[in-house]
Amino acid sequence: MFLRKLTLVNFRNYPEAELNLDPFANAFTGGNGEGKTNLLDAVHYLSMCKSYFNPIDAQSIRFGEDFFMIQGSFELNQNTENIHCGIKRNQKKVFKRNQKEYDRLADHIGLLPVVMVSPTDTSLITEGSEERRKFLDSIISQYDKLYLDDLILYSRVLTQRNAILKQAAQSRTFEQEAISPWDLQLIRLAEKIHFVRKKFIAELIPIFQHYYSFISGAKENVEVHYESQLNAGDFAVLLEKSIGKDRALQYTSVGIHKDDLAFHIHGVPVKRFASQGQQKSFLIALKLAQFDFIRNIKGIKPILLLDDIFDKLDDLRVARLMELVSKDNFGQLLISDTHPERIRKIFEDIGRSIRCFSVESGTVKADENSIAEKI
Amino acid sequence: MAEFSRLPGIGKRTALRLVLHLLKTAPEEPEKLGNALVRLRKEIRYCSICHNITERETCAICSNPRRDDAVICVVEDIRDVIAIENTNQYNGKYHVLGGIISPMDGIGPSDLAIDSLLVRLKEHPVRELIMALSATMEGDTTAFFIFKKIAALSLPDIRFSTIARGVSVGDELEYADEVTLGRSILHRVPYENSIPK
Ligand SMILES: [Zn+2]
Repeated sequence: MFLRKLTLVNFRNYPEAELNLDPFANAFTGGNGEGKTNLLDAVHYLSMCKSYFNPIDAQSIRFGEDFFMIQGSFELNQNTENIHCGIKRNQKKVFKRNQKEYDRLADHIGLLPVVMVSPTDTSLITEGSEERRKFLDSIISQYDKLYLDDLILYSRVLTQRNAILKQAAQSRTFEQEAISPWDLQLIRLAEKIHFVRKKFIAELIPIFQHYYSFISGAKENVEVHYESQLNAGDFAVLLEKSIGKDRALQYTSVGIHKDDLAFHIHGVPVKRFASQGQQKSFLIALKLAQFDFIRNIKGIKPILLLDDIFDKLDDLRVARLMELVSKDNFGQLLISDTHPERIRKIFEDIGRSIRCFSVESGTVKADENSIAEKI
Repeated sequence: MAEFSRLPGIGKRTALRLVLHLLKTAPEEPEKLGNALVRLRKEIRYCSICHNITERETCAICSNPRRDDAVICVVEDIRDVIAIENTNQYNGKYHVLGGIISPMDGIGPSDLAIDSLLVRLKEHPVRELIMALSATMEGDTTAFFIFKKIAALSLPDIRFSTIARGVSVGDELEYADEVTLGRSILHRVPYENSIPK
């Protein structure tokens, strides 16, 4: 699977842009703030129906305009898939596949998988548990449709249950029979979601460890632990035990909405004890494991979006990484870099060609010589 | 015109069309409509048995002796009664809840006609109770709540069933087309089988 052509209208700082991409490797080069990352994010939109960076769609509309449009022409199993994403101010997001509009955006997610590696990924280490649950959910949702439905239902039941707890506190009356039907739904969904997450993490760990040692070139003991209150056993019992606490807090204090991932290196938390370089390698290894996982399950190589990953990695690690992702088990690459010479040199050294685009304040130009190489 | 556009589903354009239409008709026509609207509020009320709408104490369905007393179909509102009646496939009676349980919208069991259903069942035991609620989390929870309440009454030999339908989120009963609905009201499934595992 690869993206052949990308068209933008009024997307962020691009009034209009059209790019013909290389099925193998592409680089967007230019200074900071010129719009390199926006190109990668546009591809993320076409795959995941949303920005990787900004949850508010309207903020991606170019200043002074009232809509934006992203179109992509993908090649999937010898077929062309034309994907259209349109966002107008104060209107619902429109997604089309070959001119046909989707009823539910969830039906599109997973068709054309991408994996983004970005400097903002450090939030996975530094921020709260919600970031790590989002990471889990966005991967699993790409291959398991039922999982996404269950997540949506779970959060709905949780809202209903919390509403009961709040009303009970206000009216000072609590009826067990009013909450039990919701508990039953909550238990059923929580156990399904827990099972899927647990299985996913167990399968991800060895792939992750493999990539970590490859990138870091070191024999370091890295681990990912799935932390869930449901690991201890019966959720029904746990829910029953915490009803007193829940009533006092006026919300549900136990469940899979409290799940987390613990990242360890030599048995201690990465957040506190790992160097910048180790953290960077950790995150990249995690993303490459995600790539492998999706590829193995779906039989499609996701598009790999590498945003500005060079700055904090030393040359040796960069070289190893590029060598790795240029191999056959990876697919199309879209890379952003501030230094055009650097990326060209790296690919020259590993003996692969790359199509380079110069990005300057919302315009993209394909570099003449990099196209000539292809012909 | 402003009055018309306050009604659900009527925008400014439709309101204007209605006004223009009424101006063109014979003078007694708008009067008839007006009287009908006055009567609607004065004379239409809820059936004392099933909470369907009626002009009398009990509705046409409850007072029809040819309809099967031993089967009750539990629905959310009267639009569901109309939808099922249109299929011509159902000969039992109804019980209209007046909504479904949704704490986040402030609707609890006591806001619905659940107690009156329990009283009704105690006074006149039925053979079968059909849960025809929407296939949503809230519909399922309401059905389960009622099921538990009735089970606690330990009535003799009551069969619980639900209308056969694929559970799809947001697929409301009101929008189910009549053929499917007719088929599903005929081929019901035992309620126990429909409790999500
Ligand atoms: Zn009646």
